[in-house]
Amino acid sequence: MTTTPDSPIVVRTSGASKRFVVRKDNSLKERIVTLGRAGRRHREDFWALRDINLEIRAGETVALIGHNGSGKSTLLKLIGGILDPSTGSVEGRGRVAALLELGAGFHPDLTGRENVFLNAAVLGLSKEETEARFADIATFAGIGDFMDSQVKFYSSGMYVRLAFAVAINTDPDILIVDEVLAVGDEAFQRKCMDRIRTFQEEGRTIILVTHSMPQVAQLADRAVLLNHGEIVVDGDTNVAIAAFRDLLEQRRLEELASKKREPDDPSHARIVGVDLLIGDEPAIVVPTGSNLAVEIRVEHPTGIDGWLVVLQIDSENGQVVFGTGSDHAAIDPGPLRGERTVRIDIPELNLGGGKYFVSVALQDVAGRQLAAAQLIASFDVPAPSATWGVLGSTPVFSFPER
Amino acid sequence: MSKMSSSIEPADPRAARFASIAALPLRPVGSRGAGSSFAAVIEVIKQRQMLDLLIRRDLKARYKDSSLGFLWALIRPLTQLAIYYVVLGQFLQAARGIPDFAVYIFAGLTVYGLFSEIVLGGVGSIVSNAALVKKVYLPREVFPLASVGGALFNFVIQGVVLLIAAILFGSMRFGLNLLYVVPAILIVVTYATALALLLGAINVYLRDTQYLTEVIMLFLMWASPIVYAWVMARDILGDGILLELYTNNPITLAVLGFHKTFWGAGGAEQYPGDLLLRMGIALAIGFVLLAGAHVVFRRLQGNFAQEL
Repeated sequence: MTTTPDSPIVVRTSGASKRFVVRKDNSLKERIVTLGRAGRRHREDFWALRDINLEIRAGETVALIGHNGSGKSTLLKLIGGILDPSTGSVEGRGRVAALLELGAGFHPDLTGRENVFLNAAVLGLSKEETEARFADIATFAGIGDFMDSQVKFYSSGMYVRLAFAVAINTDPDILIVDEVLAVGDEAFQRKCMDRIRTFQEEGRTIILVTHSMPQVAQLADRAVLLNHGEIVVDGDTNVAIAAFRDLLEQRRLEELASKKREPDDPSHARIVGVDLLIGDEPAIVVPTGSNLAVEIRVEHPTGIDGWLVVLQIDSENGQVVFGTGSDHAAIDPGPLRGERTVRIDIPELNLGGGKYFVSVALQDVAGRQLAAAQLIASFDVPAPSATWGVLGSTPVFSFPER
Repeated sequence: MSKMSSSIEPADPRAARFASIAALPLRPVGSRGAGSSFAAVIEVIKQRQMLDLLIRRDLKARYKDSSLGFLWALIRPLTQLAIYYVVLGQFLQAARGIPDFAVYIFAGLTVYGLFSEIVLGGVGSIVSNAALVKKVYLPREVFPLASVGGALFNFVIQGVVLLIAAILFGSMRFGLNLLYVVPAILIVVTYATALALLLGAINVYLRDTQYLTEVIMLFLMWASPIVYAWVMARDILGDGILLELYTNNPITLAVLGFHKTFWGAGGAEQYPGDLLLRMGIALAIGFVLLAGAHVVFRRLQGNFAQEL
């Protein structure tokens, strides 16, 4: 969904920061003992967000991404008014529905019907409005006669379906969503996605936190990447996703580096390098239908008997388009001592236009990761004419008379 | 890709929505949006349907799976009545100085029950609604207020029983004295609500508050003439400052007000002078305390979601 640049601002944060005070004394006795100056030593400041400046315009779908603890959920809570910023300000306008948890405030002892009214009121609907929408909600949830049973007798699927049905049938200007789109079975998920699309079409603003990059690429028209409570990237989703992947890789390398310092960790498998070849020539551009070969050089200084290698190709929005592993191919590569090369030939790789990333991993026989190289190589595929999507083929249109 | 599908879109609902949003002012979100304490009260009033639903939720959930249901709301105070009547009234002979002792106790227990139920419900109200407080923004005042509502509901049931009992025992004198019940209820509700707001907010930060409150409520019951007569306290405390402190305790005033209404057996010598004036002053102070408690509540609520 594209937004006109002159659509009104619905959320504005100016220099918003959030500090959490981590206290180590929580009982009255401890507080009194550590009262005053001594108490300061029992407190630790933690900045969950620092100096966030963000403007969100009506009709935008903005995804907040970042690894766990990057502050995205805290930012969502600031925007939803659940937390107050420590410094700076958060302003907004329009009706907000915050779906930070499905069925927040569902009471297990009340019936589905009673909970619908309560939950709708929590999300800002009046009794009359809820009554008017009740049939829609019931239809969307599809739980039939269970509507008049106590919620504690619901299956977890019915519970989230009812909760989502309520949330989605409120009339918000701004919908704040935290990791709740992945609920229910496939049919229900499709229904939810359709409703989100309708929301976008109606010019509602959606702010979502999700760990699913395909979902970001699919739904959002803007992504904000947070790292350690600060905005790193704010803009195009693909740029933000790519930056996020870099960050993840960086973290992985750092973790690896810190692990290496541990004294009694004798050996480390290593992925030395990955080469993409067409025939025997290195390839950067891989036209649709090429016979691509991937050569992976791996190394294990002390040696290991059972191991397997995994290859994956992702599209630029993080969707897995191809994956294989030596275990899946039922191939025993034999012991690994020193350096060895694995060559994987992929004949007739019919990819559509775009940029693709190659990741490889080395695992032991139990599936534990020994070494991984995320997005270690990339290649471009020129789009076959008149097509889009991850699958490449040249279509032929004709109009047979029958 | 998926973005292709969005090329066909009706412009009108979007434009209409944008226009309506543009007409609104940008306001700080959450609890800071309300600005003044007064505006916060307005916001709570706007949420009265929500309040109504929360009260119903609490009441329904409490008795949902019991076959006697709301009768349980009566069984507890009636048992209390029976114990005090038999043990204190008969064994310890307190009933000798107090005619219609059963009505006397029940009147006091009813009004004190209202007070303690509001305070005890209120002190835990924010913590027990953590799921809501952490996940959605609502004016947080609704949670303590919902316990006020729930307590009032139980109080009305008990009040009806008290009224019937008082009439059956023939202990009521019908006259202007009946009006004492109005300031008595107002005093109890005002002070209890102030405490519910204040303690409910503090309890988020210091969970000891809840248990401390329970202990204090136990004590307060004996600091008012509920199971003994006010004159007994006067005989012991003398006519000095101690008696004034004891008498001007808002709970004592409310209990005395209830006695005036439902327990006609006592003469004027059973009550302190200027009872109505004392009640008026207590009520005025109560309103100030309520406003003060609300201010404190609003200052503390900014960090509720992270402390829970």
